[in-house]
Amino acid sequence: MNIQEMAQDIPAEGEHAIEGVDFITSGDQYLTFLLAQEQYAVDILCVEEIRSWEQPTKIPNAPSYIKGVINMRGIIVPIVDLRLKFSIGEATYLETTVVIVLTYQSEESTRTIGFVVDAVSDVLNVENGDIKAAPAFGGCVGQQYIDGLINSEQKVVTILNVNHLQKVEKHRLHS
Amino acid sequence: MSVDLSQFIPSFLEESFEGLELMESGLLDLQRGDNETIHSIFRAAHSIKGGAGTFGFDNVTEFTHLVETLLDEMRDGRREVSSKDTEILLESVDCMRLLIEAARDDEEYDQVKVAQTSKRLSETLGNEPTSVDESLIKVDVEATNICGYTINFIPEHSLAKTGNDPIFLFSALAELGQLTLCADTQDLPALTDIDAQELYLSWQLTLHTEASKAEIIEIFEWVEDECLLELVPIKAPSNTSASLSSTTSSSTIKNDEQQTEPETSQKSIQDIEVQPPETELVIEPTIEDENIISKTKTKTKGKAEVGSIRVGVDKVDSLINLVGELVITQSMLSELGNDFEMEKVERLTSGLEQLLQNTKELQESVMRIRMLPISFAFNRFPRLVHDLAIKTGKEMELVIKGEQTELDKTVMEQIGDPLVHLVRNAADHGIEQSAVRLANGKPGKGTISLDAYHQGGNIVIEINDDGAGINREIVLAKAVEKGLVDANAVLTDSQVYDLLFEPGFSTAAEVTDISGRGVGMDVVKRNIQALGGRIQVQSTLGKGSSFKVHLPLTLAILDGQLVKVGTETYIIPLIAIVESLQIDNKLINRVSGDMVLYRLRDDNVPILPIYQLFNLATECTEIDNALLVVVEADGQKIGLMVDDLLAQQQVVIKSLKDNYQQVAGISGATILGDGSVAMILDIPGIIHMALEQAQQAQRVKTDGNSSVTAEVCL
Repeated sequence: MNIQEMAQDIPAEGEHAIEGVDFITSGDQYLTFLLAQEQYAVDILCVEEIRSWEQPTKIPNAPSYIKGVINMRGIIVPIVDLRLKFSIGEATYLETTVVIVLTYQSEESTRTIGFVVDAVSDVLNVENGDIKAAPAFGGCVGQQYIDGLINSEQKVVTILNVNHLQKVEKHRLHS
Repeated sequence: MSVDLSQFIPSFLEESFEGLELMESGLLDLQRGDNETIHSIFRAAHSIKGGAGTFGFDNVTEFTHLVETLLDEMRDGRREVSSKDTEILLESVDCMRLLIEAARDDEEYDQVKVAQTSKRLSETLGNEPTSVDESLIKVDVEATNICGYTINFIPEHSLAKTGNDPIFLFSALAELGQLTLCADTQDLPALTDIDAQELYLSWQLTLHTEASKAEIIEIFEWVEDECLLELVPIKAPSNTSASLSSTTSSSTIKNDEQQTEPETSQKSIQDIEVQPPETELVIEPTIEDENIISKTKTKTKGKAEVGSIRVGVDKVDSLINLVGELVITQSMLSELGNDFEMEKVERLTSGLEQLLQNTKELQESVMRIRMLPISFAFNRFPRLVHDLAIKTGKEMELVIKGEQTELDKTVMEQIGDPLVHLVRNAADHGIEQSAVRLANGKPGKGTISLDAYHQGGNIVIEINDDGAGINREIVLAKAVEKGLVDANAVLTDSQVYDLLFEPGFSTAAEVTDISGRGVGMDVVKRNIQALGGRIQVQSTLGKGSSFKVHLPLTLAILDGQLVKVGTETYIIPLIAIVESLQIDNKLINRVSGDMVLYRLRDDNVPILPIYQLFNLATECTEIDNALLVVVEADGQKIGLMVDDLLAQQQVVIKSLKDNYQQVAGISGATILGDGSVAMILDIPGIIHMALEQAQQAQRVKTDGNSSVTAEVCL
C-alpha cells in the first residue's frame, strides 16, 4: 500500500471513518452523568478528574449541600453534592457514587471544585447547532445553571454551566 | 554577535525601581551642600538613564537626562540646592516611575504630567544656561527645517582605555546618513611624549541625516561621560526638508557658518522648545487620559504581585549546606535500608532524628528567604508624609523605628496599602494645624511614628500620632445618626473605635482629597483580616491615637495542637494556647443565667464547646472531666472544650479561599500525615463569633423570644 492510499484512509475532519471510534469533530465534547434518573452534562475540558466518593472533612456551619473538603494532591478541594444542591433524588453514598472534579478558569481566578453525582455515563460529541435553549419552566435547577439541552437518542441531556456551578454562595453564621 | 537584550529587561526594571527609591529617599534628606547624597542620587539617575538607553526606552532616557543635568549642576556646585528644586526633582522621580512603568507594561502614560514636569525642569535649567547643557537638553524638536547636525566630538584622552573605539561610533553615524569627518590634531603631543593607549584626537563631524537628535545622542550613549559632545543643527538652505540628496549644500557648510550657527539655532530652539509641552497639554483629552491612567494602575497592581526576591548570598549558602547534609543523611539511611537487621534499629532511629532536624532547618532557611526587612514597606512613607505636609499645610515629621524587623514577602506586599491609609488618616485627621497645636500646649510640629517589632509569633506594626485623638462622642453620635448603633446603647471604648471600621463611616467634618470619604478604613480592616491579622485602636482625646496592626510572621507554616471533636480533627495554633487541662467540676461556675465559667487561678474563663459552635454531633457533651484548651486572643481568654487532645505538629497552611471561601472561625486547612484534611481554628475569629452569638442570644431573650438557634443562611 503506498502513501497515497494510506492517506485516503485517514478520516477528514467531521468524518466518522473508522467504525466504533469517534474522532473529535468540529463540535464540543461533553461528559454526561446521572443525577437520580436524569442526564446532565458538563464541558469535558473542565473535568480535572473523576474520583470515587470518600468522606470529606466537614466545613463548620456550611450549607448541607457542601459536604466538606478533600485533599487532591495537595490542593484543598471543596465537595458539593449536586443532588442536594438541586434537590434531585436522594443523597445516598454507594460504591458507584463518584465525584467529578471540575476546574474552571475565569478571568480573575481558577477554582477547582468536586461535585458528587450518582454515576458518570458517557462522552457526547455535540455540534454547536444541536444545543437547544432550555424552556424557562420551573424545575429544581435554576436557569442560570443551564446552558442548554441536547437530544441524545431517546433522552434529553441538560448541559450545565460550569462557571455558575463554581460560584459558591456566601454562607455565614446567622443566629 | 547579537545578544537578546530583552532577557535583561526585568532586572533592569527592578534595579530602576530600586534606584528611584534611592533617589527619593536621598532627595528627602537632602541637606544643603551634602555632596555624598547628591552623588548617590546622581549615580542612581545615571544608571537608570544608561539602562533605559540600552533597552531603547527613549522617553525614559530623554527625561532622565534632564533630571541628570539638573543634578549635575548641583553636584558640581554650580547650583544651590533649593527646596524648590528638590520638589521638582521629587516630581521628576514620580514621572520617571510613570515612564518606566509604562515601558514595562507597554502602555500609555500620563503625558500631561510628564510634559509639565519636563517643562518645569527645562525652565529651571534655563535659568543658568551653559552652552553644553543647553544643546544637550533640547527636547527633540521636529526636524522640519533641520537637515543634519554638526557634531563636535572631543573625547577625553582615556576614552580608548574604556574599550570605546571612535571608529565604531563613526560607522554607526554613517549608517544614519552622509557623514563628513574632520579630525583635529592640535592636542597631539610631540612624538616622544605619545602614550600609545591615549587618544589625542578630536573630531568635527558633519552628518546629513533625517535622524532625530535623540538617535544621534544614543550612539554616543556609552561615551557620553568621557567626552565633550556638542550637537548643532544644520538648517536646510531652502524652506523645506528636501535637502538630503543635495550634496552641494553639505559641502557649502563650512567652518565660518558653523561658528555663527550655534547662537541663532539655539535661540530658535529655545523658542520652540517652550511650546511643545503646552500644545500637548491642549490636545490631550483629559478624561480619556484619566481612564488610561487608571487602567495602567490596576494593571500594574496585578503584575506587581509576582516579582522576584533578592536573596543574600549567605542565606543561599546556608541552604546549600543544609541540602548537603540532607543528602548525607539520605545516603546513610538508604545504605542502612539495603541490608537491615534488627540490631541496627538504633542507628535507624538516630538517622531519622537527623532527617527530622535537617528538614526542620531546611524549612526554616527556606522561610527566611521569603523574609524581608519591613523597611521595604516603610520606605515610601517619608515621601508620603512630606507630600501630605505640603498638601495639608501642617507641620509634621515621620519617625520610623524597627525597620529591620523581618516579615514575609507576601504579607509585606499586601500590608502596604492599608498602612498608607492609616498614615494618611493620621496626617489628615490626627495632626492639627500648628496654631491649634501651639494653643493646646503641644509642639507646633506634629509627629507620626511607625514602629515595627516582633511579639510572639506575630509582627506588630504601630502607627502613632500625637494629634487630636479620636473623639468618642462624635464617633458615637455619627454612628447613631447612621443607624449603626442604638441611641442608648452602652459601648466600651474599643467598641466605639471599632465603629471607625464600618463601611461608609467618616467623622471628618469635610471631605478632603486625602481622606474623609469614609471609604478606606473598612478596606483596611478587611485587608488586614485577610492576612490573618487584626487591628487595635487606642486613643486619648487631645493626646493622639495609636493603631496597632498585628500580623502573622508568615502565612505558610504554623505550630499546631491537634484536637478531636466528634469525628473531626481540628488544629489550634500553639501560640494562642495558654494551657490545656482537664475540667475540675468544683471550679465550674454558672453565672447570669446560662454562661459557664471556669475558674483558672484568678481568671474566670468562659467555656465554649466546639461542637456547639460548629454544630457537630459528638458523644462528649458532658462538661465534667472534659478537656479544656484555654486560648487567648485580643486579651480575652476562652476555654475551648474538646473531646481529645492529639499530637502537636507543624502544619503547612493551605488556603480555603482558593477554591472556596473564608469560613467563620476557620483560618485555613492543612493536610495531615495520613492525607486527610484538617481545619485550622481561627482563635480571634472564634472569640468574635462567640461574642456575637452571646449578644444575639441576649437580644433575642430580651425581646421575649425564647428560641435561640444558630441557623445557617445560604
